[in-house]
Amino acid sequence: MNSDSDQTAGAMNPSVVIDSLSLSFEETLLFDRLSLQVEGGKCTCILGPSGCGKSTLLKIISGNRAIACQGSVRIAPGPADTNLTAWMSQNDLLLPWMTVEDNVLLGAKLRFGVSIALREKAARLLAEAGLGDYRTSLPASLSGGMRQRVALLRTLMEDRPILLMDEPFSALDALTRIRLQDLAARLTRGKTVLLVTHDPLEALRLADTILVLGGSPARVAARFEPGGETPRQAADSVISKAYPLLVKTLMEQ
Amino acid sequence: MIDHGDRPHSPLLDNKEMIFFRLALLGAGFSLLWQLLVTLTGVPHYILPGPGPVCAALVSKWPILASHLLITVSEILAGLAIGTLLGCSCALTMFLSPHLKRWMLPLLVVSQAIPVFALAPILVLWLGYGMASKIAMAVLIIFFPVASSFYHGLRRTEPELLELARVMNAGTWGVMRFIVIPSALPSFAAGLRVAAAVAPIGAIVGEWVGSSAGLGYYMLHANARMQIDNMFAALLLLSVASLTIYFSIDFLLNRLIYWENPQELNYASDV
Repeated sequence: MNSDSDQTAGAMNPSVVIDSLSLSFEETLLFDRLSLQVEGGKCTCILGPSGCGKSTLLKIISGNRAIACQGSVRIAPGPADTNLTAWMSQNDLLLPWMTVEDNVLLGAKLRFGVSIALREKAARLLAEAGLGDYRTSLPASLSGGMRQRVALLRTLMEDRPILLMDEPFSALDALTRIRLQDLAARLTRGKTVLLVTHDPLEALRLADTILVLGGSPARVAARFEPGGETPRQAADSVISKAYPLLVKTLMEQ
Repeated sequence: MIDHGDRPHSPLLDNKEMIFFRLALLGAGFSLLWQLLVTLTGVPHYILPGPGPVCAALVSKWPILASHLLITVSEILAGLAIGTLLGCSCALTMFLSPHLKRWMLPLLVVSQAIPVFALAPILVLWLGYGMASKIAMAVLIIFFPVASSFYHGLRRTEPELLELARVMNAGTWGVMRFIVIPSALPSFAAGLRVAAAVAPIGAIVGEWVGSSAGLGYYMLHANARMQIDNMFAALLLLSVASLTIYFSIDFLLNRLIYWENPQELNYASDV
């Protein structure tokens, strides 16, 4: 196992606390002293218009120091010097020269730490996600939905307590998206998840807390806590009640 | 030059097994045109011999031709190996060290700006009549396409992949080994294919300027003695050798970049 998981095993999953974060991009102020909290062990969805800085926010949380910003991003409780985050983007970013299993093991390969135990874990995850028959296939032979499932497993394989997901399902068709949301909700239960999305329905299906970003510079314009177990099904009364209100709030931004 | 972009779409001649058939057909057609040209123009045999006398020369002079061929091919292959090694090292150094890059990039451009043919007499003067000066010519000629294509490939790695590797706490060597270098291989392959096609030019020019062996040397001597059929036999042999080297490298590169050969994959149905 990698050392990160040993440090955090058994501990409560940490929260992400963003305090007075200011950020400019090409002369435009994206955030002006933005403060928000991502609760530990819960799924928080950030909804907001394109270009409001959501992806940049995820990169800052993941520890990208190349982005110039003021304010603080803390992970509490947690050691300041270790990366506790795993990141999943809209593009699956699978390496076309590696088999599906090696792609899932990418983090360990990059750190030269692949072990038999990790290989077994990857095989187990692949089987669980219905990809057991494709372990030795190359990504080019997979469909879009399967590729994104591999990307999800690669993110989970890192075994980090905080998952940063940047519109991970937005490039998929509606049915594939729903299936993948269910799988993601099942496999990420108990982790601190920060999911950026455009899709209000996705937020309502997966989130414990929904933060609507709006305005320029962006601030938290509204906060929803739908309540109940996730993933919520489309027929769930929580969704049918909250959906019109959420869409209205988004339209106002 | 061999074209990789537009493969013929005729179902009969499209698949890989037909490549030898196609080559044979092309060779036969070429010989026919050649013979037709000789017959129709009535050109004297000491200007342009027909395919018959050239083939006869090829058979009768085979032992001596083969010994010269061995030397030229060795020069080409050694030039390719050393040039590729130097080109890749240069590209990797420039990629990994921005400071060294500032000094090496002008050097790279200059290596291409100097006409290599003009250097041939100097190389022969410095390195002698043996193989070394010819290998150096081939190295000089292929260094630029290999170094520049590999360097540009290295720089074209998808930035999001590097971001992913950063979040995964990858070290420089891990990123290079698993992400950056494989990303650069298709671009590198394009450069190496060009190199494989031009490397024989370097070796032959070197032999023309000053040598005691090799097909270029043999051609000059045959030409001076008006043994034009011998000269054409050497030329034919050189062409076949160059083509063989090119296609072997092309084959190996396709193996190396296996993920860009989609016919070997089985496409899966959706979710």
